[in-house]
Amino acid sequence: MKKNTITLLGLSLLMVACGGKQEAKEAEVIKIGGLGPLTGPVAVYGVSATNGAKLAFEEINKAGGVLGKKIEFILLDEKGDSTEAVTAYNRLIDEGIVALVGDITSKPTLAVAEIAAQDNMPMVTPTGTQFNITEAGPNVFRVCFTDPYQGVILANLAKNNLNAKTAAIMVNTSSDYSDGIAQSFAEEAKKVGLKIVAQEGYAEGDKDFRAQLTKIAATNPDVLLVPEYYEQTALITTQAREVGIKAKFIGPDGWDGVAKALDASAYPAIENSYFTNHYSLEDTNEKIQNFASAYRAKYNEDPSAFSALSYDAAYLVKEAIEKAGNTDKDAIVKAMKEIDFTGVTGHLNFDEKNNPVKAVTILRIENGNYRFDSVIQPK
Amino acid sequence: MEFLLQIINGLQIGSIYALVSLGYTMVYGIAQLINFAHGDIIMVGAYISLFSIPVFSRMGLPVWLTIAPAIVICVLLGMLTERVAYRPLRNSPRISNLITAIGVSLLLENLFMKLFTPNTRAFPKVFNQAPLSFGGLHLNYGTIVTIFLTIILSVGLQYFMKKTKYGKAMMATSEDYGAAKLVGINVDNTIQLTFAIGSGLAAIASVLYVSAYPQVQPLMGSMLGIKAFIAAVLGGIGILPGAVLGGFILGIVESLTRAYLSSQLADAFVFAILIIVLLVKPTGILGKNIREKV
Repeated sequence: MKKNTITLLGLSLLMVACGGKQEAKEAEVIKIGGLGPLTGPVAVYGVSATNGAKLAFEEINKAGGVLGKKIEFILLDEKGDSTEAVTAYNRLIDEGIVALVGDITSKPTLAVAEIAAQDNMPMVTPTGTQFNITEAGPNVFRVCFTDPYQGVILANLAKNNLNAKTAAIMVNTSSDYSDGIAQSFAEEAKKVGLKIVAQEGYAEGDKDFRAQLTKIAATNPDVLLVPEYYEQTALITTQAREVGIKAKFIGPDGWDGVAKALDASAYPAIENSYFTNHYSLEDTNEKIQNFASAYRAKYNEDPSAFSALSYDAAYLVKEAIEKAGNTDKDAIVKAMKEIDFTGVTGHLNFDEKNNPVKAVTILRIENGNYRFDSVIQPK
Repeated sequence: MEFLLQIINGLQIGSIYALVSLGYTMVYGIAQLINFAHGDIIMVGAYISLFSIPVFSRMGLPVWLTIAPAIVICVLLGMLTERVAYRPLRNSPRISNLITAIGVSLLLENLFMKLFTPNTRAFPKVFNQAPLSFGGLHLNYGTIVTIFLTIILSVGLQYFMKKTKYGKAMMATSEDYGAAKLVGINVDNTIQLTFAIGSGLAAIASVLYVSAYPQVQPLMGSMLGIKAFIAAVLGGIGILPGAVLGGFILGIVESLTRAYLSSQLADAFVFAILIIVLLVKPTGILGKNIREKV
């Protein structure tokens, strides 16, 4: 009995001692929170994205940290769920974070943004594209371009780079993503003098598009915009060729993966199509190549666009803290607002709504491969 | 011109509905069973041909020939499900059969999801021939094959039913199960043959389907099955020409709705047709009103 009591006493003393040590260490680090779906249905995005941020913070610490202190990156799993995300955010607050890199997918990101706005917590989402995320508060920023921004770039691409005079649009009327891009494309097209000769809609889950495409074929457009994710895009583009559409196809970043959704025998359908993306691994830019080789060395795979965006988000936060000179939230937000940042996904600064004004990479499909075509600078 | 093309578009989808619908209608006409697993047979057929393509291309055979292993496996699968899932319930209430059918459907879907993941797989081009153009009309080779093959198969099936011994046995079984047994028809074999033919047609439909929509996925058969079922009801369930007519009408309605009204309304129209038919003429377009004797 007595022996047990002594052991217990010893153990608790040990724990107190450890705890004390940790507290002493806390003052020496700057804590930055991270959120992402590390498990669950969208874990693929979450893992590849947060890997980018982890790599960045490791590099930063190796180079001496920020304001003379090391960064501790506390990454929590939110399973792709809004409620879990908010709970995880509150835990990060308890940990004493000074800024947040996350969340990843749009819906939980918006939920977290609304709460973070009340704390004025500096928050940078690498990949939340939904338009109203940054409208949650002046503290919420993003690194990726928004859906409508891609529409504007695509209209310019069609007009200037592809010399198109007429365009047609095939839009998924039940998707915000598709609709947002189509709308801004049509508006910008009017401005740059590109004539929209046909616009047809379809619903989520449709497999047959021949009826709409037959109508588009009759107008013989120079380009056809397909603002859609890759699986549907694969069906739409092959059927478009079957009904005799000769137009060049263009699309947004959702196209990334379209070649995988097609058999090699169907590659001629998408040959010479163009789509926007965040960066290209083929870009010879030194920053991109350094990032890619560091990422490959650490994770043994190619980084996705998500990894690159998240890597940039981490460096963005680091620069903002350096610029602010301290870890005060308001100072960081202010510094972020005025930042002039160059990352892997290009040069950016923020517009009045905290959306990045940045260059967009254009990829061209060649025999099922995505070739780096050009970079379109913002106007 | 464009209107004509839209009709052809409709006929192409309609042909696939028709082929699937034939299986529904035959099984219903003869075994009085709505085989909800029928749509999933198409999914199985699509996977079989997808997996046999590497073997076929190594032997230098064209992709469309994978229709052969698809037919063989689907026919065997159809006969097996009949033997295992439906025959033991032959004299049970009809609701038990319906529940078993749904069970078989879920089993197939989940089995394939477990085996091959829920991911969509790309299917190679089935017909590599150049499109045919005449008089400004631009027609895809797959479209033409689909429509003609459907017409040939349904005429052939009708001939089989009317002229051959087995066909006549089927007709007799559908007319009166008990009496057919009394006159010496092997009812079990006849019903199994029905399942075999229906599944074989579904296998053909599966290759035509992936030639039009080159993606394979474990749930691809469910909506297709429902549409084909509606086509069968529309034409008059249990009547072979009715299934084909129903399939064509459904395809054309869908295509014209997409082209001239709204794409979101296409499915709504299809289901509205089902409701209207059930309200106005539950026996379908070609169905006759037969009063059941008391």
